Amino acid sequence: MKRLIRYTLVALALGSSAAYAGDDQSFTAIQKGRDLAILGDCAACHTAPGGQAYAGGLELQTPFGIIASSNITPDRETGIGAWSDEQFYNALHNGTTPHGSHLYPAMPYPAYTKLTREDTDAIHAYLQTLQPVNKSVVTNRLPFPFNIRADMAVWNALNFTEGTFKPDPQKSPEWNRGAYIVEGLGHCGTCHTPKNVMGGDKNSAHLEGASLQGWFAPNITNDQRLGIGSWSEDDLVQYLKTGSNARTIASGPMAEEIEKSSARWTDADLKAVAVYLKDLKPAHPGDNAQPIAADDKRMTAGAAIYKDRCAGCHQDSGKGGAKLFPALAGSAIVQQPDATTLMRVVLQGSQGAGTSGAPTHPAMPSFSHTLNDDQVASVLTYIRNSWGNAASAVAGGDVKSLRKNSPGG
Amino acid sequence: MAQKLPHKDVVIIGLGWTASILANELTDEGLEVVAIERGPWRDTGTDFNINYVQDELRYGIRLDLFQRPTQDTVTFRNNGDQTALPVRQFGSFLPGNGVGGAGVHWNGHTWRFLPSDFRCRSHLEERYGANFIPSELSIQDWGVTYEEMEASYDKFEYLAGISGQAGNLNGQQTGHGNPFEGPRKRDYPQGPLPMNYGPTIFAEAARKCGYHPFPTPAANSSGFYTNPLGLTMGPCTMCGFCERFACANYSKASAQVNVLPHLMQKSNFEARTNCEVMKINLDSTGKKATGVTYVDSSGEEWEQTADLVISCAFIFENVRLLMLSGIGEIYDPKTQKGTIGRNYAYQTNSGIQMFFDDKNFNPFIAAGALGQSVDDFNGDNFDHSGLDFVGGSGFNCIPTNARPILNRPTPPGTPKWGSEWKKATKDHYLSTLSYSLQGSSYASPGNHLDMDPAYTDRFGRPLMRMTFDFPDNDIRMTSYCTDKAAEIAKQLNPKQMVVSKRKKPYSVVPYQSTHNTGGAIMGTDPTKSALNRYLQSWDVPNLFVIGANAFPQNAGYNPTGTVGALAFWAAEAIRTQYLKNPGALVQA
Repeated sequence: MKRLIRYTLVALALGSSAAYAGDDQSFTAIQKGRDLAILGDCAACHTAPGGQAYAGGLELQTPFGIIASSNITPDRETGIGAWSDEQFYNALHNGTTPHGSHLYPAMPYPAYTKLTREDTDAIHAYLQTLQPVNKSVVTNRLPFPFNIRADMAVWNALNFTEGTFKPDPQKSPEWNRGAYIVEGLGHCGTCHTPKNVMGGDKNSAHLEGASLQGWFAPNITNDQRLGIGSWSEDDLVQYLKTGSNARTIASGPMAEEIEKSSARWTDADLKAVAVYLKDLKPAHPGDNAQPIAADDKRMTAGAAIYKDRCAGCHQDSGKGGAKLFPALAGSAIVQQPDATTLMRVVLQGSQGAGTSGAPTHPAMPSFSHTLNDDQVASVLTYIRNSWGNAASAVAGGDVKSLRKNSPGG
Repeated sequence: MAQKLPHKDVVIIGLGWTASILANELTDEGLEVVAIERGPWRDTGTDFNINYVQDELRYGIRLDLFQRPTQDTVTFRNNGDQTALPVRQFGSFLPGNGVGGAGVHWNGHTWRFLPSDFRCRSHLEERYGANFIPSELSIQDWGVTYEEMEASYDKFEYLAGISGQAGNLNGQQTGHGNPFEGPRKRDYPQGPLPMNYGPTIFAEAARKCGYHPFPTPAANSSGFYTNPLGLTMGPCTMCGFCERFACANYSKASAQVNVLPHLMQKSNFEARTNCEVMKINLDSTGKKATGVTYVDSSGEEWEQTADLVISCAFIFENVRLLMLSGIGEIYDPKTQKGTIGRNYAYQTNSGIQMFFDDKNFNPFIAAGALGQSVDDFNGDNFDHSGLDFVGGSGFNCIPTNARPILNRPTPPGTPKWGSEWKKATKDHYLSTLSYSLQGSSYASPGNHLDMDPAYTDRFGRPLMRMTFDFPDNDIRMTSYCTDKAAEIAKQLNPKQMVVSKRKKPYSVVPYQSTHNTGGAIMGTDPTKSALNRYLQSWDVPNLFVIGANAFPQNAGYNPTGTVGALAFWAAEAIRTQYLKNPGALVQA
């Protein structure tokens, strides 16, 4: 494993195009492909709940409708068994299929375009070793007019920049490796970068946080209040490796990403990602948001609820406890402009990430039956504006509409 | 006909504290382990929601977490002249059900037994002479010493994150903690819980009596604690819903909090829930277990073969499975021959209640093991010369709750309902303090477990029959100790005090304790014990039976600390001795 990374680093550093030697069915290539598939978390989207790995069928809710993931096992009829390395590369690099049609960017080719050909070949070599699963998936379930794939040519012209990752010679190989993962295979921006009306990345707000599938993926730039500005590289490594650190515990889609993907990355890759992310500029360096006054009616109501329902775990200080109860004080996710994740967690509950490094897998219970919309709004307004936190108030109406869409709400 | 399943290295019966510990230790050896649990899967995140976990009606009254009598029960009689009748509603004891077992709904008192407890017979004979032990008692040595058990106690305490204060570190008195405890190699993993008012004044009064109070060792976490498996506990919120309830805050140690999230990540471990083991199967020699047969929730019967069988159910089912499987000889009280069912024992408890009109205890601020204990009259911590009994009692001022339905202390003579009762509950709710005595229960030849000749369970298997009454020795013991404990109450000068001494006959109706012990006891003599010192069956060496069933008699302490330690003790023997050379670890 270490050798593979060194190869990659050397390749990136030198801009070489021959990072590994040998045929595409060699053990080394397949092993490398498996690690890259984990790094890219391919299985997360390409596996239906309870279904066979990589056989597709997971329904992704997009603002435009439902897209189901495709079968990428080597079944020749329903999977990608008949694809060549070139065709596989094109799918990742340009978002085009062997038939010349366009993929939808739910498949994050706008990020995968940065992958080197060696890496796509290795991933392809690995996927070819899987058990073929004969399973047809109707991927395109979008309503008109979005169901017309030819639309994507226009979309690409406006939103897609093709191009393999180019290492920055001014930066260290570690930084470049981190950038390659974050911007390419790791496709962090797919969740964390806000989208324009067409669903393309809003590049002016790169990694500044976005809502998707009823969660809000927070800002991961170096903002002090809203981002990871106060996190150390070690905090990031621990978070991505174990799902929790002294500050927080991953939940929702990020918990899934960590359990399936980043908990299995190499320490060197984790460190590289941390180095790169910590080098990103803060999105709002002069941010000086002011908290809502403690004597505001919503705040006093929220304080009473917090004391009664929340402080047992999250503590009066809002500091929580490492690996068990996330800190609310100073938490970026608590202070995001969009409180979707907070409302959702209070209404539905949530189980944090469970990994071998932090196996407790603690859960936040659902409060949907014991707190009404206004009470949820008040307590969230309180935690967003206490202990040095500052963020907009949450309205009962927002809770109400999220509750409507919550199971058991 | 049972369908045969793929072979495993180890099959474990049950999935509570001891099963989780054994499974974790043996999967660390690389073995393929399956646990077969009668009840449902339960975990903190899904099943112990803070919004409903303190539902007293559901859990405290309707006993949601407990074994249902329709699943399995026992029949009961006080002595061999009576006909036993089935317990149709559990009362005196409340066996658990489901993953975590009784370790889900316990209070969390986590004791080490005294060094003299492990050598009960030898110690008493050495100190008081061969004839001192009353002839009605059949007490025995455990075959293992406290010194040998020390490391295993330590492992359990660190696994469970016990909050307490050492009294004896490596033979040195620390000046706090329990001065009577056996020497420990290191302190508890966490300091004691912050003390509340009732136990504080109890301790002050006990000191005035010349006694030595100390914070009760608690499995209610006093802070944030991460155990050696990487699992984290949070500080106890003192909500007062421990016993009969599960903990929503990761604060009370249990298999769910302290073992299972780690264990469940292992690919060589599997848990099958809602599956009830019918019997342990033997080969044609009757000397080797081949696995177990169990029935799943749809009534299908399965055979799980394994090289090693470990029975980790509650004592009743551990003992009954031996009987149902034809392992060992069932004990006969008339001839005093046979080992299975021998030395069933319990706990000899009494209590003292104090009514004040000038105190407010805020009794709802409570935890299962938050309190103060006095050990001066436990075991053989006091000189029994000239006394007419052996054994002793711990004094425990641990106001565990002030739950609204069951906790309505009223002075004797108050009507049970109506306006006078209402007024009395209002007057006394905040200002009443109780403490209890937890007494040893010493085995007697007449007290035993066997198979009921008349009543069967839903599968047609005989129910376990319990024959038990308090030995006169234990009644004399608890009377003496209760008088000593009442001295503390006198110091506190309550407006009224009520001393409730334990009397014969034993009744299965009012709740007393779920500390049922014995029936498949460990020891040194295969004619007087079912298990050797490693909890390995004398009769079937690839069978280990773990739990309080192994206690030759019960001490004046809650059993879980010792049960957990025995699990580690047996696991260590399996890992370091048995796996290298499978067979009897002690020659009969």
